[in-house]
Amino acid sequence: MNEPLLRIVKNEAMSFKKKVLIRAVAVILALLVCGIVITLITGYNPVTVYVTMTQGAFGTKTRAWSTVKEMLMLSCIAIGLAPAFKMKFWNIGAEGQILVGGIVSAGCMIYLAKIGNAGLFILMFLLSALAGAVWAFLPALFKAKFNTNETLFTLMMNYVAIQLTSYFVAKWENPIGSNTVGVINQSGHEGWFPKICGSQYFISLIMVLVLAVFMHIYLKYTKHGYEIAVVGESENTARYAGISVTKVVIRTVLLSGAICGMAGFMAVAGASHTISTSTAGGRGFTAIIVAWLAKFDSATMILISLLLAFLESGSSEIASKCHLNDFASKIVIGIILFFILGSEFFINYKLIVGKKGEKK
Amino acid sequence: MAAITFEHISKRFGSVNANSDVSFSVNKGEILALLGENGSGKTTLMNMLSGIYYPDEGRILVDDKPVSIRGPRDAYALGIGMVHQHFKLVDVFTAAENLVVGLDPDKKLDRKAIAADIKEICDKYQFDVNPDKKVYDMSVSEKQTLEIVKVLYRGANILILDEPTAVLTPQETERLFRVLRNMKQDGKTVIIITHKLHEVLSISDRVAILRKGEYIETVDTADATEEKLTELMVGKKVDLEIERPEVKDKKLRLEIRNINCINSEGVKILKDISFDVYGGEILGIAGISGNGQKELLEAIAGLEQIEEGGSIKYHAPDAKEAVEMKGMTPRHIRELGVHLSFVPEDRLGMGLVGSMGMTENMMLKDYSKGRGVFTSKKAPRELAEKIKEELEVVTPGVTTPVRRLSGGNVQKVLVGREIAASPTVLMTAYAVRGLDINTSYTIYHLLNEQKKKGVAVIYVGEDLDVLLALCDRILVLCGGQANGILDGHTADKQEVGRRMSVIVEEKDGEGHE
Repeated sequence: MNEPLLRIVKNEAMSFKKKVLIRAVAVILALLVCGIVITLITGYNPVTVYVTMTQGAFGTKTRAWSTVKEMLMLSCIAIGLAPAFKMKFWNIGAEGQILVGGIVSAGCMIYLAKIGNAGLFILMFLLSALAGAVWAFLPALFKAKFNTNETLFTLMMNYVAIQLTSYFVAKWENPIGSNTVGVINQSGHEGWFPKICGSQYFISLIMVLVLAVFMHIYLKYTKHGYEIAVVGESENTARYAGISVTKVVIRTVLLSGAICGMAGFMAVAGASHTISTSTAGGRGFTAIIVAWLAKFDSATMILISLLLAFLESGSSEIASKCHLNDFASKIVIGIILFFILGSEFFINYKLIVGKKGEKK
Repeated sequence: MAAITFEHISKRFGSVNANSDVSFSVNKGEILALLGENGSGKTTLMNMLSGIYYPDEGRILVDDKPVSIRGPRDAYALGIGMVHQHFKLVDVFTAAENLVVGLDPDKKLDRKAIAADIKEICDKYQFDVNPDKKVYDMSVSEKQTLEIVKVLYRGANILILDEPTAVLTPQETERLFRVLRNMKQDGKTVIIITHKLHEVLSISDRVAILRKGEYIETVDTADATEEKLTELMVGKKVDLEIERPEVKDKKLRLEIRNINCINSEGVKILKDISFDVYGGEILGIAGISGNGQKELLEAIAGLEQIEEGGSIKYHAPDAKEAVEMKGMTPRHIRELGVHLSFVPEDRLGMGLVGSMGMTENMMLKDYSKGRGVFTSKKAPRELAEKIKEELEVVTPGVTTPVRRLSGGNVQKVLVGREIAASPTVLMTAYAVRGLDINTSYTIYHLLNEQKKKGVAVIYVGEDLDVLLALCDRILVLCGGQANGILDGHTADKQEVGRRMSVIVEEKDGEGHE
């Protein structure tokens, strides 16, 4: 008789320890495979390459803060996406929400520089959150009222936001003809996050930590969080429990959009001090991976953001040191993500080769 | 001669042993009933025969030759065909198209030839199938017939039917059994999975019994009785008597008048329904599935949009005035002070949140009781512990997601919560569907306890024997219409079955008290 060679069998609930072990093995395997690929392409010793990566990400104080900056952006967006995704509302529109938040912040910096930093920060904060919320509100409203597909709707809102950004870049062009906004308030630093503890990213760090704690409590211990969990699991159950699905969907997506808008504020006021169509730079999509990998747990989201930020800056370092182009570093990131995501399969299923216990 | 022999078959899913070391054989040309409670591994075993699963251990012999069945195609090649409990038909295809779907892709679709083949099969076994009818236009019984014809068309000599009677009226079941007997005469081997004992006794030649994944024994039907089969199935003596305490002090609770509902597809699913519900009695609702039972309960619970007109009046135990609860949301109904508990048909899709533990499920309807913006888990946790203990819910802990519990335990959690809310009206939809005998009797007992407390219990059920034994009155639904209310003590099964399929013109006084 010919037996099936491979069979997939569902796994029982696994202990926490074993899950961590499987994931650790995945990371080690990923590093090994990356090592082989790197050696094959460049001929460098993989250990040196990893050392170079680490130096690239954390080698100097500036580099370390720059990695942290990237981590903060990703975390902030992922925290914003978490409640929407937990509710199974596929908010693919973080890019757009970040951009409109950024436009509003940049606008405040340009037109309201005179009102003083304290007032300026409050206004930028509130208005960017509002802009992000408005951008998310439209798809949410249509989803709640007409059950339109929010994936397409939020995605298309991104393109509107990109065009809007282009318009404002052209409007605020400085110097004329450069086709960029340039650094805003270069002389007076109005609307720039001040340096604290030697870094301009310190305020962003605090902001993200506060948001993380807030989101953790919000999702886990509040009535709103409970409603989100029920709606995400089954709308019928929510209706049965007397939860107004429309209200919860709109409220949650408003919150999600507002936090993504704040990420735009953080990007403009806390890092680049300018606005361009690449202010979001695909982070709105990367953060979706972060949120899902972390299963919406705040602390895990920060850790995964750190890993991705490390890979990003580390691999661009090896790219330049080893005279590779930028795409080589993307391959490295791809390999590592592939292994981490693939390890989930081995947590849920196991493979059986051949047939055991056949001949008795 | 054995058509099929199982030798030391085992199949595991994670830590669950669905089948362990099962060995027995099925004779050629017999009707074998495979009997066992839910979760005893009947379907898993048959799925290995039809190529859906592959055994972990052991081997299967067809006509005394060892075979390896790696997929449904292998099974068909061996002449094995299975009619699944959930039909595997393409809704937008016609009967004829469904017969050939998945077969030789290079062959041209010759409708005439297929129709001729269908006619031949139908004539032989007394079926009735219209080859050009679309599946979505078919009744459940027609779909089932088509499934059987499909299996025969593909040349099966061994037919497996998984709980074929669960969706049929008594009359339709009789018709199916006639067909099965015709097949047997023709030399076909039939395996029928069921847990209805009287059907086992009326149709089968032998009965193979499984319990908790293990094979117990095979008995000749001629020597079997319901009591003996139950004992073998459950592993101990079970009292099959369902108690029906006397109705004392009947009080009007719900007055339902002229309710009409249109579902999302625009079909009128409830037509002008009126009836009363009394505290202190169990009102049964009978009907072929999909005849408005679900919508009726959901309309009362405020989950289904009710058309203009009609009313649902609630009479509270201590109030003089009745309150109108038609058109209100579940939350409004609760705020009106109506203690309405509802055990819906879809336990994990409506009654409970599968990914949450018992504790968090306890707070589903009153999570808003917590202080300020926060939820409070103390009272729900205590309630969860209490239900776990009192109803003997088997779970690793009150935080284990209820999705991981077995069907019976999920239902205990749901019924436990709904009863704990001290209802005055308790509605249950298919409360014992898929539950083992012991759990079913626990549920009947709980419902009777509520009845004795003066609660108005509504019991939507599919097993007519249970409905007739448990309920004081039985409302029969047919095509979304109320087709008479019968007295549970005196009603006869044929009459209920008839009213389930044909609208009966009511003469004054008949059927009503």
